[in-house]
Amino acid sequence: MSEDVILKVRDVYRTYDIKGGLFKKASTLTAVKGVSLDVERGTTLAVVGESGCGKSTLARMLTMIDAQTSGTIEIDGLPIDISKTGISKEMRQTVQIVFQNPYGSLNPRQKIGHVLEEPLLLNTDMPPAERQDLALQMLQKVGLQPEHYGRYPHMFSGGQRQRIAIARAIMMKPKLLVLDEPVSALDLSVQAQILNLLADLQDEMGLTYVFISHDLSVVRYIADKVMVMYFGEVVEYGTRDDVFNNPQHEYTKTLFAATPRADVDSIRKRLAAKAA
Amino acid sequence: MSLLEIRNLKVEFDTAKGPFKALDGVDYTVDPGEVLAIVGESGSGKSVAMLAMMGLLPNTATITADTMTFEGLDLQNLTAKDRRKVIGKDISMIFQEPIASLNPCFTVGFQLGETLKTHTDLKGRQIKDKVVDLMTSVGIPDPAGRLNAFPHQMSGGQCQRVMIAMAIACSPKLLIADEPTTALDVTIQKQILDLLVKLQQDSGMGLIMITHDMGVVAETADRVIVQYKGRKMEEADVLSLFESPQNPYTKALLSALPENATGDRLPTVSDFAEAGGF
Repeated sequence: MSEDVILKVRDVYRTYDIKGGLFKKASTLTAVKGVSLDVERGTTLAVVGESGCGKSTLARMLTMIDAQTSGTIEIDGLPIDISKTGISKEMRQTVQIVFQNPYGSLNPRQKIGHVLEEPLLLNTDMPPAERQDLALQMLQKVGLQPEHYGRYPHMFSGGQRQRIAIARAIMMKPKLLVLDEPVSALDLSVQAQILNLLADLQDEMGLTYVFISHDLSVVRYIADKVMVMYFGEVVEYGTRDDVFNNPQHEYTKTLFAATPRADVDSIRKRLAAKAA
Repeated sequence: MSLLEIRNLKVEFDTAKGPFKALDGVDYTVDPGEVLAIVGESGSGKSVAMLAMMGLLPNTATITADTMTFEGLDLQNLTAKDRRKVIGKDISMIFQEPIASLNPCFTVGFQLGETLKTHTDLKGRQIKDKVVDLMTSVGIPDPAGRLNAFPHQMSGGQCQRVMIAMAIACSPKLLIADEPTTALDVTIQKQILDLLVKLQQDSGMGLIMITHDMGVVAETADRVIVQYKGRKMEEADVLSLFESPQNPYTKALLSALPENATGDRLPTVSDFAEAGGF
């Protein structure tokens, strides 16, 4: 592999211990079983799967919220194993995350300016004036106005809040951005705006995305590579065109069959079947 | 005769900043055995219309309509007591969040039985049998065993099946499904949509699907109403809507679908709003 690979994951496992009770034996649950993947700089990997398949656990390990049980994660050549080495400010700056629900991920009592400056305050020694400049720049970059700086989250719509969450994530100029279902809580028209914003930012800043989603139409639009997870295991991994045109695993096929089709031919077929 | 007929429905909410118009003169009709989809983004008034019809809005809402009838019965001047005889029996509703709409303190069997106790003359043993029948018809495995399960012991898809069972318990003539699959995975979504359509075809009831997902519309509806900011933008049968959308907003909505994307950027509704002027 060339040195262009920014995220390298090899055979990662994550198990959780489940406590026993009076009538229940203690057991372990393996949420992620032997996941390996490579993501090249400036590309997008989409992780698809149903709830409980381990895709969010994977995201938590990539963003250093949670440690892996075994296996190696390497981000831009830097090995990550927070259970052994802990976590440094430099490591924090390499990866950031955007969560699904923009209503839940912003503190209602924090002004937007403060939301954006906090990562800098915690991780850098930047003077306050510079932080403010940077925050104002970032607001414009994600399509908001400078006057939004002093406002509170409740004054914004869902789409605007997701823009704020994205702005906060890229304040540190991370190399890797993990997006955990960033558009599934949004309306169709707002979803299109956010997807466009993400594409623009990727071009402009050379960002690498790990995009977690269960919406295949969004994945098809945004991804370069696609990984399908099922019960903690990777069942399909390849370029977008390979996975969409020639799915190998039974589960991937089920997933494609279940996705609602909004083209005229499918509607005609359905109406014909109904009339018969 | 139409099953449901609403003409010129207006809903206004009193707010601190003065009245807010949530719905501005919209007509709805549903025939028996028809699947009507109401599509729109949040704030378009799609849920408000159905809640107004069922009398579920808070009293800050002012509801006016020229006609609002269900099978010829005037819903506007109904007393609360008479309304309760219709709602839950002839008209029933499925909500978006299955886990939040079930009471966590009671078993699903009890909650299903409650509907039957209120609206039918069934007693004791008969209720239990009927509940098991209902759970079988919505495809819950081991229905007799699941009677005593609490909502938290079931998955989201299972809870939505219980909600559907509850809604069809009294064989309603009109079923309203308010974003029934938004909280669910695609594979489960498919099962729930198939189930709803099957139940609808078997019983011949009218079905109103409220959704913002064009895919769901394409998979289920006969006729579609597109709403935006409390106004009806377009009404058409499903095929002509997708084939040749007339209204600029509908066109915008359809081209914002990622699967219709051509080129690098997705067109957004605001791009069209400038050109189309809605």
